[in-house]
Amino acid sequence: MEKRVVFRSTWLPYALVAPQIAVTIVFFFWPAVQAGWYSFQLQDAFGERTQFVGLANFAALLGDANYLHSFRITAVFSVLVAGTGIAISLLLAAMADRVIRGALAYRTLLIWPYAVAPAVAGVLWLFLFAPSVGIITFALRSIGVHWDWVLQGDQAMLLVVIAAAWKQISYNFLFFLAGLQSIPRPLIEAAAIDGAGPGRRFWTIVFPLLSPTAFFLLVVNIVYAFFDTFGVIDATTQGGPAGATQILVYKVYYDGVKGADLGGSSAQSVILMAIVIALTVVQFRYVERKVQY
Amino acid sequence: MNLRKIGAVLALSILLAPAHAQVEIQWWHSMTGANNTGVNELAARFNASQKEYRVVPVFKGSYPESMTAAIAAFRAGNPPHILQVFEVGTATMMAAKGAIVPVAKVMADAKEPFDPKSYLPTVTGYYSDSKGNMLSYPFNSSTVVFYVNKDAFKKAGLDGEKAPRTWKEFVAAAERLKASGQECVYTTGWPAWTHIENFSAWHNVAIGTKQNGMSGTDTQFTINSPLHVRQVAMLGDLAKSGLFTYSGRRNEAEARFASGECAMLTSSTGAQGTFGRTAKFAWSVNFIPYHDDVKGAPQNSVIGGASLWVMAKKPAADYKGVAKFFSFLSQPEIQMYWHTSTGYVPITMAAYELTKKSGFYEKNPGHELAVKQLTNKPPTENSRGLRFGNYVQGREVIEEEMEAVFAGRKDPKAAMDDAVRRGNEILRRFEAANK
Repeated sequence: MEKRVVFRSTWLPYALVAPQIAVTIVFFFWPAVQAGWYSFQLQDAFGERTQFVGLANFAALLGDANYLHSFRITAVFSVLVAGTGIAISLLLAAMADRVIRGALAYRTLLIWPYAVAPAVAGVLWLFLFAPSVGIITFALRSIGVHWDWVLQGDQAMLLVVIAAAWKQISYNFLFFLAGLQSIPRPLIEAAAIDGAGPGRRFWTIVFPLLSPTAFFLLVVNIVYAFFDTFGVIDATTQGGPAGATQILVYKVYYDGVKGADLGGSSAQSVILMAIVIALTVVQFRYVERKVQY
Repeated sequence: MNLRKIGAVLALSILLAPAHAQVEIQWWHSMTGANNTGVNELAARFNASQKEYRVVPVFKGSYPESMTAAIAAFRAGNPPHILQVFEVGTATMMAAKGAIVPVAKVMADAKEPFDPKSYLPTVTGYYSDSKGNMLSYPFNSSTVVFYVNKDAFKKAGLDGEKAPRTWKEFVAAAERLKASGQECVYTTGWPAWTHIENFSAWHNVAIGTKQNGMSGTDTQFTINSPLHVRQVAMLGDLAKSGLFTYSGRRNEAEARFASGECAMLTSSTGAQGTFGRTAKFAWSVNFIPYHDDVKGAPQNSVIGGASLWVMAKKPAADYKGVAKFFSFLSQPEIQMYWHTSTGYVPITMAAYELTKKSGFYEKNPGHELAVKQLTNKPPTENSRGLRFGNYVQGREVIEEEMEAVFAGRKDPKAAMDDAVRRGNEILRRFEAANK
């Protein structure tokens, strides 16, 4: 039997979704189209002279070895951020799920970092890891590690990955915890009676049942690493040293806002848009098939 | 709200309104801390000095942020009257002919007296076009100087009163400091401004063709010359042997000197105020070291800081107020106030003389040293200043390549070649966009 509510009116459904569509058009489609249009132009900073240059902006970008390097950086960065973020939060959620006493306090504390703005998170870690005054720097020095991310690209990358992943762990944690709590107890208990240890129970029962959540978080985390980590980078390394943490979205900002190069920056955002669309399509078409809902 | 209340509010607002309408002059700036106080004080003094105009200073964030805000405001048709733009934005502003009004024209139209010759030549040169017309009003100018921790020198058995004058002496002193247990021997703020821009002027070599870009946008970088490569290679070697600690692209290095962690520093004159308040050791301000085998060195250093640009698209009558404000700012007493309370250099000769007479320099020799360094010799084509389009990005590219050398990942010559190649691509983009 048809359970859906069917509107008889011809205009009411459209009127009801209109606000949402209007918001989407004004705040998402319009800027996207504008970026697309600007990407074919060469403008001076004040917009006094505008030339149509066709694909010249794209050609310049793709011919620039440093821009191509920035792709690699972004790939490494997003895989690390999404990977560590998901792995650690899954571990924390699995642990939190077992805690009985003080569970609420424990969970609440784990959720806190999500309320911290990316820039603030960046500054926090910046202070902890500051080359001359950071507490962690001192600790590292005492065990003989030369910590100087201002010059060492790998260390700078590590710093931004930690700061970016740390912020996302709370978000992932929430979803995993909800996912874990929705797994029927009898399933796990039955497995336990059959003699499966905690590790085996986790991998054969819990994890497959969590896979929709994990998949959703993978998409969200990749998008987060691509776009939202801008604040973390800006507050800490600003793309340095020598471009070691210059992820694509940061370069878009730098060239467009600080460098006043609207055409080049727009071309970069168009490329970025294409990448994220492609990634999402791939994820939904191929990864989703392997996920059990 | 009843009628009586409305009446009372109306009466009050009439009472509070000024007797005659004042013209508001919007001034967007990026000054923080003591410098922000200085800006507000300047505006307050001007507003108290006359009744027709009211200058309203508005803090708009960092230099790039306020510039971006002004660009957006201009595109929307409502720019501020006066905008403070940092030196690397000069070429962008200059090319935007329809967006700005040259200061020389603002002053001439308002029949306000204005003599570019009364300014320090390095300052005038930086902000004038190739015909000598001053395009923006020099406001806060600084330069790179060499700071030495005298106590650390003494501890290393060196004469604290004799700071190294040449890079050769510098290296010798650095080794002694290291041997005495000094962990961070030398660090620098603003690596490109210090070791490329000021280094070039100080040694009278070009940063780019076309008089460092002053006489045309078809300029090219020349910072892969043997002398430039030598300097970057020297810094790379110093970093490798632990004599140079890199701190970052902005003024991060200053805090490390102020805390006593690093014994020597090259950075802006503007840091003196902070050191005076926070450093718990004796320190001195000195000329930047130079290579004594380079003919003509030391020449003079170049300025950094910012100037005030007058934006177009405002009502014609407002510009008279802007001119009056600039005349006000040009007075030696006002200049001296700004110079002594901020650490920026005095930008007119009259203000310099006045400050000298006041006895300020006897207590603050560092403030005078910057002026002496800027006017060490009459500026040449190589030391008048620089003007490269999109230099915000250009400087970034240079610093990226320098960092690769300091980290020991790139050969100095290859790095500077890449800096030139990548920098030139940016210059060509700017040239094409501003044809």
